Amino acid sequence: MAAVIERETVEHVARLARLRLGPEEVERMRQELSGILEHIELIQSLELDDVPPTTHVVALQNVLRDDTPRPSLPRELALREAPAVAHDGFEVRGWIETHA
Amino acid sequence: MTEPLWELTAERAIGLIGGGELSAEELTAAFADRAGNDPWAAFLAIDREGALERARRIDAATERPPLAGVPIGIKDVLSTRDLVTTAGSRILEGFRPVYTATCVERVEEAGAVVLGKTNMDEFAMGSSTENSGYGPSRNPWDPDRVPGGSSGGSAACVAARQVPWSLGSDTGGSIRQPAALCGIVGMKPTYGAVSRYGLIAFASSLDQVGPLARTVRDTALLLSHIVGHDPMDSTSLEWREPIVLPDAERVDGLRVGYVEELMGEGVQVGVRTSVRAALDRIEDLGGTLTPVSLPNTEHGLATYYLIAPAECSANLARFDAIRFGAAPPEAGGLVEQYERARGEGFGREVKRRIMLGTFALSSGYYDAYYGQAQRVRTLIVRDFARAFEQVDILASPTSPTVAFPLGERTDDPYSMYLADVCTIPVSLAGLPAISIPCGLSEGLPVGLQLTGPAFSENRLLDVAHALEAAIGFDERPEGLR
Repeated sequence: MAAVIERETVEHVARLARLRLGPEEVERMRQELSGILEHIELIQSLELDDVPPTTHVVALQNVLRDDTPRPSLPRELALREAPAVAHDGFEVRGWIETHA
Repeated sequence: MTEPLWELTAERAIGLIGGGELSAEELTAAFADRAGNDPWAAFLAIDREGALERARRIDAATERPPLAGVPIGIKDVLSTRDLVTTAGSRILEGFRPVYTATCVERVEEAGAVVLGKTNMDEFAMGSSTENSGYGPSRNPWDPDRVPGGSSGGSAACVAARQVPWSLGSDTGGSIRQPAALCGIVGMKPTYGAVSRYGLIAFASSLDQVGPLARTVRDTALLLSHIVGHDPMDSTSLEWREPIVLPDAERVDGLRVGYVEELMGEGVQVGVRTSVRAALDRIEDLGGTLTPVSLPNTEHGLATYYLIAPAECSANLARFDAIRFGAAPPEAGGLVEQYERARGEGFGREVKRRIMLGTFALSSGYYDAYYGQAQRVRTLIVRDFARAFEQVDILASPTSPTVAFPLGERTDDPYSMYLADVCTIPVSLAGLPAISIPCGLSEGLPVGLQLTGPAFSENRLLDVAHALEAAIGFDERPEGLR
């Protein structure tokens, strides 16, 4: 059976998902995803152009609430589980490189 | 009393406490002793002291709450304030939530005592608990076999009489399938019946919290305390008709359809035999039995394994090691931190599903995979709608097999996915379903799944209760005789 997924596709999707995979993991993932997709692809042959998609099974109207203030989590509690805290906020590593 | 306290159902325990014959503290201590000895690895954490303290407070109170201090196990995917909650993942090792899930808050307000957090497949992805980052649970009927999953710990602890009941979550069968494999009752309510606030999200259009217990009446009692709208979850529904304790002895006039697609090949012969025998009881009780076809059942797995991973790939984006979780040491920039924290913190199945979901949603593949799956989901919803024009409830096996040996399916992801072939279509349609034990095959329990239209919980519970009595399943794991 021909491979459904190429190695490059696995590496691209892993980047999109922000997952670091080792070289062996990439190969195993390629094989496993290809195997799963072989089963999944059976539904692609169904003619469904006139069938609407289901995104949610319960017919709900958009829900609006009154815009009234109410208490929220205290800051210390919200920050309690963070691995790094700075200036009363979550500490995030540099994103844009600076060149002095 | 000659019978040990841990043999008590919740209903009987509440009666004894109400009659002054038993204290909540004595009851909690008896279950805590049993939970403390846990060869099944049903629990990830046990809060013995906290539970005893709350039981003592209930004993001392002037007014006794309805659940009277009966202990409960909580699946580790439900947040419990200050009590470590990992969802079975190493990425959340040591994580202490800052708030409690609404459903847990509600059972605590009703007087249930949280005894501990139960083991599960990582982020509820799996059918055996073998994907737990903390090692698998074992089936009390045979410790070399899986208890099912993902709520395997919640099922094993009830089967092993470590608690009389527990809460689990069900996305594609994660309450019903382990309940079946462990010989207990488990119910997935209608989508939206129970608040998902504080439930660590896997696939938001499918996730639903529900009860596991040894009797249908205990299942109903627990469910009655968790349904209803919660302002913190805008998809939770107003519950107009309260859940009542079932007492039906007959099902006169009830039209039951058995699902043809789930009674043939692909289902173990012993499972079929046991389910057929249970179906005969329906006729004894005054119901009628007709075959019903759900023609798109064969597309259920493929549809589910696109929709659920797609939703999970978005939901699990929050695990970034910035707001919670352990940051990898000496990571360089932000992207490297994300990639390493997630690459090292997630287990194999979780990574597989994130990859599958990200792929299905990615540019160029969206329509062919995710879009197509949403259309097939419509066909599955229509199958059920058509069936419920002919019959009142549907019956099928809960699982195509009895509990399988540990390690048998871990190297072949798709063979593991097949464990949920009977439960997934129901989840895709958002319908309520209950699994009750209906017999043994090869000495292991078989589950019967009953499915109804949306909001038919009370009827399902009534039918399940009448059948439970007619089947008279009183088998128990060898070690518990």
